[in-house]
Amino acid sequence: MNLFADILGKLSFDALPQEMVTLGAGIGMTLGALGLVALITYLKRWTWLWKEWITSLDPKKIGIMYIIVATVMMLRGFADVIMMRLQQALSVGDSNGLFTADTFQQVFSAHGTIMIFFVAMGLMFGIINLIVPLQIGARDVAFPFLNSVSFWLFFAGMIIINLPMVLGEFSAAGWLAYPPLSGSQYSPGVGVDYWIWSLQLSGIGSLLSGINFIVTILKMRAPGMTLMKMPVFSWSVLISMIMVIFAFPILTATLTLLYLDRTMGMHFFTADGGGNMMMYVNLIWAWGHPEVYILVLPAFGIFSEVVATFSRKRLFGYKSMIWAMSAIAFLSFIVWLHHFFTMGAGASVNAFFGIMTMIIGIPTGVKIFNWLFTMFRGRIKFNSPMIWFMGFVFLFTLGGMTGVMLAVPGIDYQVHNSLFLVAHFHTMIISGVVFGFFAGLNYWFPKIFGFTLHEGLGKAAAWLWSCGFVLAFGPLFILGLMGATRRLDHYEDTSWQTLFIIAGVGVAIIGLGIASQLLQIFISVKRRKQNMDTTGDPWNGRTLEWSTVSPAPFYNFAIIPTVTERDQFWETKQTGSAQTAPIYTDIHMPKNTGAGVIIAGFSFLVGFGAVWHIPWLAVIGVAGAIIAIVIRLTNDETEYTIPATQVAQLELASQHKGQYK
Amino acid sequence: MTAPLDNAVTLKHTPDDKPLLGFWIYLMTDCLLFASLFATYIVLHNNTYGGPGGSELFDMPSILVETLILLTSSFTCGLAMIAVRQRSIKHTLFWIGFTFVLGVIFLFMELTEFKHLIAEGNSWHRSGFLSSFFTLVGTHGLHIAIGLLWLLVMGWKLIKQGFTINTIRRLTLFSMFWHFLDIIWIFIFTFVYLIGALQL
Repeated sequence: MNLFADILGKLSFDALPQEMVTLGAGIGMTLGALGLVALITYLKRWTWLWKEWITSLDPKKIGIMYIIVATVMMLRGFADVIMMRLQQALSVGDSNGLFTADTFQQVFSAHGTIMIFFVAMGLMFGIINLIVPLQIGARDVAFPFLNSVSFWLFFAGMIIINLPMVLGEFSAAGWLAYPPLSGSQYSPGVGVDYWIWSLQLSGIGSLLSGINFIVTILKMRAPGMTLMKMPVFSWSVLISMIMVIFAFPILTATLTLLYLDRTMGMHFFTADGGGNMMMYVNLIWAWGHPEVYILVLPAFGIFSEVVATFSRKRLFGYKSMIWAMSAIAFLSFIVWLHHFFTMGAGASVNAFFGIMTMIIGIPTGVKIFNWLFTMFRGRIKFNSPMIWFMGFVFLFTLGGMTGVMLAVPGIDYQVHNSLFLVAHFHTMIISGVVFGFFAGLNYWFPKIFGFTLHEGLGKAAAWLWSCGFVLAFGPLFILGLMGATRRLDHYEDTSWQTLFIIAGVGVAIIGLGIASQLLQIFISVKRRKQNMDTTGDPWNGRTLEWSTVSPAPFYNFAIIPTVTERDQFWETKQTGSAQTAPIYTDIHMPKNTGAGVIIAGFSFLVGFGAVWHIPWLAVIGVAGAIIAIVIRLTNDETEYTIPATQVAQLELASQHKGQYK
Repeated sequence: MTAPLDNAVTLKHTPDDKPLLGFWIYLMTDCLLFASLFATYIVLHNNTYGGPGGSELFDMPSILVETLILLTSSFTCGLAMIAVRQRSIKHTLFWIGFTFVLGVIFLFMELTEFKHLIAEGNSWHRSGFLSSFFTLVGTHGLHIAIGLLWLLVMGWKLIKQGFTINTIRRLTLFSMFWHFLDIIWIFIFTFVYLIGALQL
């Protein structure tokens, strides 16, 4: 036994699932993974997968991989939702529901963590990768290899957060793992360590992406595209990524300190030994509050593009949009304390943070009015992105008003940690972030895949999500005001049950929305021949990404466009600039490399070794990652050239397909 | 690949200045990482939990020597960059070797200090103050260790390849990194050691 402990740390047969629920999920996940491996082997697709996808440095392919991972994780997170809704609808009075309290705690911890880090962040980085280079008229990102490392670190984090289904248990300490509950005294298992390392790896990936896209946007815009001529989505990404580089180092530090507390017996956040657990809460929210704005700003950017395009009008108040986003970004760093007014920092401190929080409503209101004024007297086409937008404006404004209520410290003392809060932040994140990304996916899908998505099912999904959302979270607002706290695995007051059941019905309707989205993709792929985007510009768009063919070639633009106006492509179409014979030049593109996935693989070993206290594995991981980085940096031949003649041939071929304007 | 480059001395005005900007931004994120650790230290530095405080633990003369060694290593790193500018492999190797040795001495002295503290029963288990002290100073030390590894690789690359766009760029980035660590150390010296020793 001692020998095993020396070699395998805390890992033993006890780590295998013991409870029926986790056992089922574990078996399901294992079978799913094995099935996928078998399918790829049967189709003899391993080489293709490695050459075309895993080693690819093309931001469009990396973006697609982000979105696939995020979609799978959304289904996982939604399965958690169903479990929570079932438990809360049933576990009243004498009944204890379906799950034990411990399972329930793991479920809501996993739900929050997965939805923020692996769904919202994944969709965000996916769309950024797909669109930002195209929109600024660039062929690539600033550091293509780093981009691959970012994605695979995100992937490694995703694996770590799903491992608890087959090995050990997940954190039961909520999505932000407050100490002392998350300390080694009260959470002695591996759950919190899984949480720490999953977030650590994906967080470092996000940080590297942040650096990458700031440099991309600052240095690689098409000639003539000054910052004030840049499309609003790219602006929103720039601001969001600046927030990433300010916020994520704090997360890295905080997670490290918590791990040191748990593993090395340090006293940062412990109750004894001179620790200060409120330090953790301050640090995690100094990252966590900006984080939600990091997610929502790109969604705002997407809505700005969508509204302008489908209203056939120039965006109202471009400059005020950018100032509003900058103001939101700045303010978001000085409001973190509103997450814990009840800490007791004193009236003046609470008043400062309360007022700052309310002030954020002003630039956000500016944006809402700008979108509405863009629609005003526009010739609006209600395509599915616009339906998502309508749902967003309605719900987000309501959610924002509950946010202003929560910003009043006096009210916050009443509804702190209640379902009112849960309903508030879901309104902001689902209607703001998730609806925005869905609108973006519908909007930009043809640019990436070359055919449009089924409109009817897209609209159905938007309606089902919006209506289901009202049913799912309306009752939670009421329950919160009635005194229901969050994270309840059981309650005694039977009069609450009806509302919990209505919330469950709302979730079922959202489930139908998700089903329509999956069906939408399936049917659209099947009928892609009818829905080919032959023009490259299916929506009569305004920005540069619509000026190239659909699907965009791997080099994005054969000739880098020159920009003189804000909505450059729209202007070009209006003025009908004369077609001259194109003069192609050589294009330099990065070679594919497996180094990204290898470095992330070793990082995974570090995380796994750290979770299970297997020092030799962690050491192998660190050494392997360092060696892989050094070998990669030793390679000076990382680019290849597509000669001008070949570019001309490729362009001619796409013209032949009738895909060129 | 060994052909010396006449222009592009600092690479500042060459078309591909993206790595320089990217590395600057990385350094700022690292700065924020340290800022979080500093904030934690400042919050916890009086939480000695009945154990010793900074004034009883810090051996100031030895810290001063450490500081001078690190500052000198920044100076020699600057001399190495001048040698790069003059395209002198020999001088460059000499000065980055010098920097490497000074870095090793610094790290050795820091670890010796840690060893003494631990031997006297004042390890990171002792109190919140010591946890934050070891983590803050140790994180700086870890960065120094990474820098030393980087220097080793650069020395090997220089001997093998001479001055190429990549080696020059990476030496430039290294010097930014090394000066940055110097600045962080100034803050550690001031906020941890000086203020700690004076018991402010």
